[in-house]
Amino acid sequence: MKKDNPLGWRIKMNLDFGNEYAEFRNEVQSFCKEYKGIHVTGSLYSYESVIDPNEKPRIEMDFKEWQKILIERGYHVRHIPKDYGGFGGDLDIVKNVIITEEFSKSKIPTGVGGQGIDFLVPTLLEMGTEKQRQRYIQPALHLDEIWCQGYSEPNAGSDLASLQTKGELVGDEWVINGQKIWTSTAKYAQMMFCLVRTEPEAPKHQGISYLLIPMDTPGIEVRPLVDMTLDAGFNEVFFTDVRIPAENIVGERGQGWLVANKTLVHERGSLGDPNKMIRRYDKLVNLMKSEILDGVRIIDKPVYRDRLMKIQGKILALKSHGLRLLSGRLNKGQDINLGTMIVKLYGTEMRYELESLAIDVMGELGTLYNDSPHLRDNGGWQYAYMYYLGLIIGGGTSQIQKNIISERGLGLPKEPKIQGA
Amino acid sequence: MYFGLSEEQQFFQESIDKFLEDIVTVDALRAYRTGEDEQFIHLVYDGLNELGLSGLIVPEMFGGLGLDTLFAISVAESLGKGVAPYPFIGSFLIAPFLINELGSDSQKEKYLPGIASGENRFAVSLSEMTGRRTEIGIQNSNEKLNGRSLFVMDDVHSTHYLIIDSDAGVHIVDADESGLEKVELSTVDITSFISELILDEVKTEMIGSGSGNIDAIKKAINLGRVALAAETLGASQCMLNRSVDYAKERKQFGRQIGSFQAVKHMCAEMASELEPCYSMVWYAAHSIDHIPHEADLMACQAKAHLSEVGAFVAKTSTEVHGGMGFTDDLGLHYWFKRIGLNRQLLGSPDLLREEAAAAQGI
Repeated sequence: MKKDNPLGWRIKMNLDFGNEYAEFRNEVQSFCKEYKGIHVTGSLYSYESVIDPNEKPRIEMDFKEWQKILIERGYHVRHIPKDYGGFGGDLDIVKNVIITEEFSKSKIPTGVGGQGIDFLVPTLLEMGTEKQRQRYIQPALHLDEIWCQGYSEPNAGSDLASLQTKGELVGDEWVINGQKIWTSTAKYAQMMFCLVRTEPEAPKHQGISYLLIPMDTPGIEVRPLVDMTLDAGFNEVFFTDVRIPAENIVGERGQGWLVANKTLVHERGSLGDPNKMIRRYDKLVNLMKSEILDGVRIIDKPVYRDRLMKIQGKILALKSHGLRLLSGRLNKGQDINLGTMIVKLYGTEMRYELESLAIDVMGELGTLYNDSPHLRDNGGWQYAYMYYLGLIIGGGTSQIQKNIISERGLGLPKEPKIQGA
Repeated sequence: MYFGLSEEQQFFQESIDKFLEDIVTVDALRAYRTGEDEQFIHLVYDGLNELGLSGLIVPEMFGGLGLDTLFAISVAESLGKGVAPYPFIGSFLIAPFLINELGSDSQKEKYLPGIASGENRFAVSLSEMTGRRTEIGIQNSNEKLNGRSLFVMDDVHSTHYLIIDSDAGVHIVDADESGLEKVELSTVDITSFISELILDEVKTEMIGSGSGNIDAIKKAINLGRVALAAETLGASQCMLNRSVDYAKERKQFGRQIGSFQAVKHMCAEMASELEPCYSMVWYAAHSIDHIPHEADLMACQAKAHLSEVGAFVAKTSTEVHGGMGFTDDLGLHYWFKRIGLNRQLLGSPDLLREEAAAAQGI
């Protein structure tokens, strides 16, 4: 396991982005000043309560309007061409980092991603036709069209490639029958990108196509799926003779697995963002300072403090790891392969540990829910404690992550295949 | 922006790794343990000094290489990986660091070139500064030291002792000085050299000015802690590598044990815990030289965190090896014990987390 692969670069540790970015940072800072105290309304996406609930918002703005401002100023979807509704800048990772850092410092919400922007748009940019890009990217970026992802099925979870929702080409239409599950935002979405088995005779990975389905097509039924948080964050989607135009396919017939895998990688990487984790940690510290038991602040009780410090140790490791991953993207030749693979596992397990400590800090109060009196922070900890267990499972369970790490990262042998599976 | 080890640091690590793989074999460690090979530690000492380790951080004007903390830490990682029985952290990091920070020009002239060449061998006593037990205590009155020091680090064929007294006075004591009694302590880890010192009116040479020493001593302890963390990182990586190799080789139930998820997941968990540790150790090392206001916190947390991850990897990798992991034949325990010893030196993880909390006003 060679850690890093020196390809002849004579370069030493340095954490400066260089002078050329100082001006950009100034620019971002003055933008943040302009919008400090903003409260974004109307969104179905959570902005992870960037402003303190006790703070009175200085500016209120509808989420679509905020998204447009961010895109116009180049602080969101920077590298997506102007023709498709983006800013048309170059793909500059450092600038993205500066934007995230400065927004985070000023507690200003960054632009919204979601399934459409994070997964569909990059897929179309890489594999879509020109017509598809023209039609779908701009409305997705501006949140005029919300997308949902139709991947998992009741019998195709970790073994996603065994999915059975059927698509048949009849004349110039796909006829779709079957069921999807764990479809977040399906209730609001206008569109779904969906994996459908179109070549039943082919081996399982080669029989799937990537289809784009308008959610108002007759034959689609969306049923909310209540999860342990008692929210209906997910849905089941049923397809009965759903007919969509033949041209609503990305890539060729049977290429769907390949098309989808491009975006699964993005999904996993996004779950270990150290900036979010640090903000959450800071909130936990505040909670521990404000909760008082027998006249003593929880944070002054050594047992609780030790648990906090253990979590901080892991966060500092993850924060440093983020620098290494960034460095690996900026410096070709630095090997961050294994380092990238562990992020989903590490990040979600750690986040759960953090939320669990908050529950214990509150003790009995940590069991209150909904609109009970005595709730702290609007019950956000209770919600997150359960929600993050969901994230350990969703997007490739921790156990699947461990298979990936051990087989692709450490080179351990695959498990022997059972005949017929 | 670049976050990682330089090409030069990686090449240097490779040459240390290669040397240690050849010399510090499990057979050699066993022969040393049973007293059959007394030349072994001299071979390691001379060989690593020849590579430049004794003078690594000694300034060039005193015959050293004058390299920075990140460089030193990358070396410590390799020494842990190869369980080198070599007094690096005390003799060649903490001692030259403190002499260079606090010593007068003539003291630097007197001691540093000898450290760089490997002739001056300093053991260090920091037991007044971290994890102080009631049975110890070193008092200085009129440049005479009295008392007892526990867990003196890197005491192997020492020519000098660098001792910190209860008022943060820093002393150099000649190993032959009268009134100085050394008691060798055997620990679980045969690759380390730990002793106890009993001092009775021992003549010393002071460096620095007592109370003004605190910052330098703190920095030296940070350096030692991050270096111990780096050693544990290297030792843990070696244990993981050996587990992965073993899991590919060993067959039960007609297949490689590494094809069973129970074994695979143990390896994946170790890798997942270890990967972020590289960055953490590098960042902590970098902070000592370049981000001083984060250095105390990073040093405490890096050593505390690596101690926990190290303990997890040491246990888990032993289990991956099954019964063989428990044997002296395989010798995995030398790494297990090095990780175990490092965990307690210069502050156990529980104490370090308390210190980390205090360092940030929590």
